[in-house]
Amino acid sequence: MADIIDTAPSAEAEERTVATPLSRRSIKWNVVGDHVILIIGSLFMLVPVFLVFMTASYDQITIHREGMQWTMGDQLGKNFHDAMFERGGFTDTVDGMRMLTNSMILGVGFAVGKIIISMLAAYAIVYFRLKFATFAFWVIFTTLLLPLEVRILPSYEVIQSMGLINTYTGLIVPLIASATGTFFFRQFFRSVPEELVEAARIDGAGPVKFFIDILIPLSRTMIAAIFIIMFVFGWNQYLWPTLITTEEGFFTLVRGIRQIVQTYNDSAIPEYGQAMALAIIAMLPPVLIVIFFQNWFVKGLTESDI
Amino acid sequence: MKRAVFSNPWLPILILTPQLAIIAVFFYWPAGFAIHSSFYLQDPFGFGSTFVGMTNYTDLATSSEYVRVAWFTLIYTALVTFFSLAIALLLAVKADNVLRGAKTYRTLLMWVYAVAPPVAGLMGLMLFDQGTGPITQLFAQFGWEFKLGVNYWDTATAMVIVAVWKQVPVNFIFFLSGLQSIPKSVREAALIDNRSASGRFWDVIFPLLAPTAFFLLIINITYALFDTFGVIDTLVQGEPGNNPMTLVYKVFVDGFRGNDLGGSSAQSVVLMLLVLLLTVFQFRLMERRIHYT
Repeated sequence: MADIIDTAPSAEAEERTVATPLSRRSIKWNVVGDHVILIIGSLFMLVPVFLVFMTASYDQITIHREGMQWTMGDQLGKNFHDAMFERGGFTDTVDGMRMLTNSMILGVGFAVGKIIISMLAAYAIVYFRLKFATFAFWVIFTTLLLPLEVRILPSYEVIQSMGLINTYTGLIVPLIASATGTFFFRQFFRSVPEELVEAARIDGAGPVKFFIDILIPLSRTMIAAIFIIMFVFGWNQYLWPTLITTEEGFFTLVRGIRQIVQTYNDSAIPEYGQAMALAIIAMLPPVLIVIFFQNWFVKGLTESDI
Repeated sequence: MKRAVFSNPWLPILILTPQLAIIAVFFYWPAGFAIHSSFYLQDPFGFGSTFVGMTNYTDLATSSEYVRVAWFTLIYTALVTFFSLAIALLLAVKADNVLRGAKTYRTLLMWVYAVAPPVAGLMGLMLFDQGTGPITQLFAQFGWEFKLGVNYWDTATAMVIVAVWKQVPVNFIFFLSGLQSIPKSVREAALIDNRSASGRFWDVIFPLLAPTAFFLLIINITYALFDTFGVIDTLVQGEPGNNPMTLVYKVFVDGFRGNDLGGSSAQSVVLMLLVLLLTVFQFRLMERRIHYT
């Protein structure tokens, strides 16, 4: 296995040079052109965030006067410290730590809830002889049609009438009401070889034992991939938390961005440095997860068609 | 369905219940509620509502503002979709070409996927700042006086650029994985037949990528319509006023600022129909997709 991976690129390189017997020079220019475009693309992605990071190291008066900064200042530590632990920067009663905790609760709660609920539903649909299976399938998959943004006002009214405003339940559970996870696990379960179920049944394993001892271990990679995608999705929610959490104690980091933007407009000089620091903190966890678990994440994304 | 092996009568119902219950309460109830209230006019003081038939819908069709927002949404969606697909395709083709540093480029080009739209919007707010924004200053060099939040089309430009920036990574990931799944033998055969790299790309590689591109087209339209809410809300700084906005943003503004439940619900229903159309279209394409591969 390792051998194949090691030799593949060099073999390809060799074949390309053999197959295009043009002058060495022109080949090189092609390659240089490719790299130039890729570097420009990478800079397009990177520079805005680089500027935010650099700007986060200045005091607010400098930023107010000169805008974003290209060099490192000396206020980085102070800005991050204030953003995390000082109350009343952009909100009156919460600090960055509290918002970070809330973001974690939303991201992890959403991902775990979604995985459990959709795995169970997909298991029922794929592995059981069920009279209304087709009906259940359509009831669940119609939800793919309507993103939360479209039915936002009625959803809000429903949550309000249930008294779930400013609760974690009201924040997380309505977001779970869509079929993406179920759809994905259904696809995956159907690709599991049928012989496994037969073998398990012959050995006397019931549905519960089969699920816990065979199907869950088999789905490990898929669960990880879905977890990453769902965590990022939950962490980055904006509209729903904006409506559901009016009490600052429930603010997430991304929800906190709205407070920053509102102060941005006021006549007083806002705490720009802190704002940039908060933006960095809001970006960091999902970005790190996506970078470190890249392979799982890409696999999950491209195979599930979410 | 071929599988269905366990015939336990109560277990499947038990494990389906959580999903069905959540969907019933948080999806079907609100959706039904939206359709219901789109036929009613709410009393402004909260005392009941009266049945008004199709009035909310005809009001929409005749409202010049709604028509204007709909046109803007169309242009915005087309621009965001086109540019994020084109840039991502170019980058994916190049990333697939290079042998050195391919993995590094992949990482550098995809991580923005994880940045929240409003965070991207906040960055846009600083970058396009009227006085000090680096991009505003760059535009000024070319004689373009950029006024975010004041000039309608300037604000729209910023919205498109930020939305594209945020969407390129997703398209890049899909295009790259599509390119990498093209069999080597096909590439080799193409190499023998056609010397020109661009000729090979448009005649052989691009048609093979078409299913991915179709799929991404739908994903991008949906993104531009619904998921750019955070970008728009931050860039117009919560002050819609004369600023450009999309249909989804208008549902929010009318419903929560204007307290117009009926009108906002009618808009929701219109969007539901739009999504329904897109989904039917998508299923058609998925059938063709299976045909291709």
